[in-house]
Amino acid sequence: MTDASRNFRELRLDGVGRDFGGLSALRDVNLTIKRGEFIALLGPSGCGKTTALNSIAGLLPLTHGAIFLDDRRIDLLRPEERGFGMVFQNYALFPHMTVQRNVGFGLAMRGRPRAEIDRKVDEALALVRLQAHAAKLPGQLSGGQQQRVAIARAIVIEPPLVLMDEPLSNLDAKLRLEMRSEIRRIHGLLGSTTIYVTHDQDEALSLADRIVVMREGVVRQVGTPAELYSRPAHADVAEFMGFRNLLPTRIAGQNGAFAQLSVGRATIEGTPMQPNTAADAIVAIRPEDLVVRPDGPVAAAVETSEYRGRSFFGTARTPEGLELFFRSDRPVRTGEPVQLAADPTQVLVYAGEKVL
Amino acid sequence: MSAIARESTARRREHPPLSIRLAARGLDGITLLVVPAVVFVLLLFVYPFLYGLWLSFQPKEGGWLANYAKFFADPFLYETIGKTLWIAVPATLFNVAVSVPVAMRVRLMRRQRLLTTILILPITLGTVLVAEGMLNYLGPKGWMNQSLMFLGLIDRPIRLVHNYWGVFLSLVITGFPFTFLLTLSYITGIDPSLEQAAATLGANARQRFSQVVLPLLASGLAITFCLSFVQAFAVFPSAVLLGAPAGPTRVISIAAYEAAFEQYDYSLASAIAMVMALVQLVIVIAVLAGRALLYRGSASGAKG
Repeated sequence: MTDASRNFRELRLDGVGRDFGGLSALRDVNLTIKRGEFIALLGPSGCGKTTALNSIAGLLPLTHGAIFLDDRRIDLLRPEERGFGMVFQNYALFPHMTVQRNVGFGLAMRGRPRAEIDRKVDEALALVRLQAHAAKLPGQLSGGQQQRVAIARAIVIEPPLVLMDEPLSNLDAKLRLEMRSEIRRIHGLLGSTTIYVTHDQDEALSLADRIVVMREGVVRQVGTPAELYSRPAHADVAEFMGFRNLLPTRIAGQNGAFAQLSVGRATIEGTPMQPNTAADAIVAIRPEDLVVRPDGPVAAAVETSEYRGRSFFGTARTPEGLELFFRSDRPVRTGEPVQLAADPTQVLVYAGEKVL
Repeated sequence: MSAIARESTARRREHPPLSIRLAARGLDGITLLVVPAVVFVLLLFVYPFLYGLWLSFQPKEGGWLANYAKFFADPFLYETIGKTLWIAVPATLFNVAVSVPVAMRVRLMRRQRLLTTILILPITLGTVLVAEGMLNYLGPKGWMNQSLMFLGLIDRPIRLVHNYWGVFLSLVITGFPFTFLLTLSYITGIDPSLEQAAATLGANARQRFSQVVLPLLASGLAITFCLSFVQAFAVFPSAVLLGAPAGPTRVISIAAYEAAFEQYDYSLASAIAMVMALVQLVIVIAVLAGRALLYRGSASGAKG
């Protein structure tokens, strides 16, 4: 057992790629992860995020590139030689072992003495608040409890890296929120370096120190949650970060830092996200930033409207037929004409002619 | 609502129609579909069994237990139990043991169907054709011995037919595909993420097998053993064709055959058949009792 040191400085992915047959599921991924960081790999299904995680865990051999832990190359090691803790999407608890034996499995495989295993398993179960269930089989636990056993099992070996593959996707909405804070609490306590795969941007934004947005096997953007939320680098990242309005536009002129955009017949102002954007571009606006205001420049007719507590969200159509997602502080009726406006700092302009 | 309607509703509540009451107990029109199967089992299994049992207590001479007394008094008869077990148990254990590593490998293969077809062929060919083939290839003048002697690896032919090993090999060839297919289905039922999880926790291939795969597979292997054993225990054609039916491979079905069709003592033959059934039953019950001690739940790591 060549236990990787917990005191590494960084994990480096160097031009990592993985082909399946003729298809490349992962292309030229370069990423440096510092010790203690919580990294989320975010993207739609099929974007290569799970492939990336399995490659780091050693469950999938790479076809291109290399992975380094500090200066040690680890991508040629078998998974059992890497010593990373992994939490699987379906938990992958050993159904024939008690919770206690499940959690102690990694330590037992390392040949640790009985007393040490018992002590560490107790600590780990206390951490996930499952001491009372130590003697049960996984089948006797609820989904959330099984999830916590899986986390305890992965962290009890004190791995240099904890890998989590959509760990909350099988839970219901309420449990998901609870487990999210649970994961954040445990990460805060242990400070373990974590790579967390998810397709839920809320999860990524709330948990991660840095988010890696992936699409079609390629890293599209790496940044802090705040950077990604307010300044997505590409239109497809913006779409993933909740910019539901992605409209074709023409840049008509410049007004200080803002660009003059014609959307349909209306003219609005927006922030160019890329230098030298051609005249034909894409404008991205979040529904919550496109609001009903009497002096708004964009005229549209309300098509649907739903009550969401503080405000109303709805869809409206411009005379040119563009569909808009908007917010309103007052109730609006179907068919009602409205004027919509957006703060130019929240209107992002990207290069490209057609909406994805 | 009129008084009459109210009254009839009340009566319905007290006495739902018979069909609904039966359906609540699991009896409805669809249940009738089991009738042909029940008739089949009664005619082809229960009746012959009960008739045989009755017949075995009607010996040609002596009291009602005379057949059984005769069987257990005559070493030529009672030794067939040991001889049959001595062939059937090792052959079955061998098949089960070999099927596990093969199935572990095959489940990862993409061309499973081709391989499965090849493996099923010996079943469809039948014991007699396999026996004939073995006589041709493995006999003293067969290809294998000729080739080995030509190459100078052996001086005189290895005896592989007309003895214990002939029957053993035949049981392996005809029994393995069945055992393998059962084992394969049990192994593919084990969630592959369990082994991946074990690997990330530091278990090497041997530990993954002994700690995760084998415990989850054991109860399935017990069933596989029982089904394969029952087939092997009834060995008859290959024991006659490939074995030494007067000596070490005089299995219990040969004794039953001789009693029935050489001595025309159907009653004794029935008694031997009953002994045969009892021995199988004892072994199967013993294995299943052992299985009760094993883990028998789901073999998936997901929420159940």
